[in-house]
Amino acid sequence: MTHLARGALGAALLAFGAGAAGAQQLAPSPTLDAIRARGHVECGVHLGLPGFSFANDKGEWTGLDVDFCRAVAAAVLGDANKVRYTPTSVQQRWPVLQSGQVDLLSRNTTITFSRNVTLGVNFQGINFYEGQTFIVRTSSGAKKPADLENASICVAAGSTEERTAADFFRERNIKVTIINFQKNDDAIAAYDAGRCDSYTAGIGALAGQRIKLKTPGEHFIMTETISNDPQGPVTRWGDERWQAVVRWVLNGMIAAEYLGVTSKNVDDMRANSKSAEIRRLLGADGGFGAMLGLSNDWMFNAIKQVGNYGESYERTVGKGSPLGLERGQNQLWTRGGILFTSPFQ
Amino acid sequence: MTRYFYDKRVREIFWQVALLAGLAAAIVLIVRNASQNMLNAGMATGFDFLWRTSGINVPFVLTSYTPDSNILALLWVGVTNTLVITLFSVIAATLLGFVIGIARLSPNKLLSGLAGAFIEFVRNIPLLFFVLFWYFGVIAALPGPRQSISLFSVAFLNNRGLIVPVATDGSAFRIAALIVVLALIAQLVIAIWAKRRRDATGAIFPVWATGLALLVAVPVIAFGIAAMVSSWDVPALRGFNFRGGFVLVPEFVALFAALTTYTAGFIAEIVRGGIQSVVKGQWEAAYALGLRPNRALNLVVIPQAMRVMIPPLTSQYLNVLKNSSFGAAIAFPELVSVFVGSALTNTGQAIEIIAITLAIYLVIGLAVSGFMNWYNAKTKLVTR
Repeated sequence: MTHLARGALGAALLAFGAGAAGAQQLAPSPTLDAIRARGHVECGVHLGLPGFSFANDKGEWTGLDVDFCRAVAAAVLGDANKVRYTPTSVQQRWPVLQSGQVDLLSRNTTITFSRNVTLGVNFQGINFYEGQTFIVRTSSGAKKPADLENASICVAAGSTEERTAADFFRERNIKVTIINFQKNDDAIAAYDAGRCDSYTAGIGALAGQRIKLKTPGEHFIMTETISNDPQGPVTRWGDERWQAVVRWVLNGMIAAEYLGVTSKNVDDMRANSKSAEIRRLLGADGGFGAMLGLSNDWMFNAIKQVGNYGESYERTVGKGSPLGLERGQNQLWTRGGILFTSPFQ
Repeated sequence: MTRYFYDKRVREIFWQVALLAGLAAAIVLIVRNASQNMLNAGMATGFDFLWRTSGINVPFVLTSYTPDSNILALLWVGVTNTLVITLFSVIAATLLGFVIGIARLSPNKLLSGLAGAFIEFVRNIPLLFFVLFWYFGVIAALPGPRQSISLFSVAFLNNRGLIVPVATDGSAFRIAALIVVLALIAQLVIAIWAKRRRDATGAIFPVWATGLALLVAVPVIAFGIAAMVSSWDVPALRGFNFRGGFVLVPEFVALFAALTTYTAGFIAEIVRGGIQSVVKGQWEAAYALGLRPNRALNLVVIPQAMRVMIPPLTSQYLNVLKNSSFGAAIAFPELVSVFVGSALTNTGQAIEIIAITLAIYLVIGLAVSGFMNWYNAKTKLVTR
């Protein structure tokens, strides 16, 4: 072995050792790099749906879906306010995500097979589960969807509601007229003006839209639902590490509620909790944040600044909000709901 | 070799071929690039989606479309509705525009003032506002289904539309329609014959009288008889609204009214400009020949004014075609609304759907302007 060869081998061993001892090698994530470079998360939200994504009179965005954007910003950048919102209509949301204009879509969007496989998008979990139903004028006397014979129903064109309603009435041989508007707001305005007998959307979305009607008290939201509408944040295909960040921030918010971690007690929990899972979640142990290429206090920041899932729910659509929705199915799996998280292990 | 280099014709051909080749290469590059990027992004491509079941419920259908039909049939619904609204609006806007344009030139100050006010009002307001104004105006003006305005207990008007009975068997009406078409052809033949005779002998044939008989009386009688021999599906109130019959939706009425009134404002100015472009001497010459003002306008001034009016009128007709896409704002199921609205979001195939839509507008637009160019060539000044 020549000196040269020995030297080269030594250098290679040294480099390998340094690599092993230093930061773990991460798959490249262009989206995370871009977010850090520009200093904020680009989040696609609804044009305006009280409780989910709605700009208040001060221009601040609030709502369940907005809270999720804020949690992602807190996890990635350490500041929940570093989000720029792009309001999108039913039709704009896909091109906006596909073209890379937004990093994620958090916009009460129903998870469906064809969206997943033909649009090149992935759904990262469920942050709101609901069923589609109808709002009618109380004076009409209609109590359930089957009462809507010959009714005119306003919907947003291209929404899952459009297809679900058409399928529901066709299967039952009930004749209805479905009027397709370009935006949810146009459809609800036409309903309010008397053009339609009913407007259809998810039960939670309807609770939000009812607030915007001229006389909310004269409208009735049916309790019978006609669909299965799981909704959650959406990312485009590619950049698996970014997709994992989005997925695990959602899981983290649900896990925090399950583990009893709230925005109030999160400091105490990180310092004093004996629970191994809480310690891993909050970055006291395990270095989970670093594995994603984030700081280890990623979920600590998200929970401290935004709260756990339950806190966010109650503040935006639950009992602490004008919508006043029950938790219903959006309750933890341990309390009779369907929300669950995979373990932080 | 240098001989070709200096030949102007060869040089011109060379540049044109080079331009075409460059353009073709650019298109190939864009298409390949886009499809490769879409493949990488996991987005579906291709035109297979046209044969998928549409599942979309459309409120105003003139074809045999049902939600069980495929997306190609849905596209056809959109095209038909766009063509129908454009045709009706173009005819109505032309008639209204001529009336207003001529009124604008009336010596009667009140009449010309009103026409002028209408034109200025219409031309200075955005079309979207017009469409929404008519839409919410139409809805607000009409009662709900239970308080419908009944027209002889067979047709009903409410804010869900005008519901008219339809014949359960349409064959009698098809025969009636055929008779009306024959009457229309007869009227055209008479008009051409009358014009030839007038040009040859100067004798005027009352074309309007035969027009009234052939175009009004014949259809009324033909459809009247067809109506009597057919059996009817009369709309009846059931559930939330009337069942049966054909529904003329308020979206159609609102869009028709908006396009008509809006475009009429522009056409009126074109008509006024056209008439004023005819020199005063033509009027004076016509009067000197003893023609009455009506005759002078119809026989001397308008034929000359038409030459000036045709090119800008073509632009207005094309505008109506394109502006019909404002129907999407008020849920009238025209091409943009059903295809770019519903079908695009359901299938997610944005590039294909936008390309098809562009191609369709282009084809219709070129057909309209082709027809107008033919008419223009026919009416233009024949110089000897």
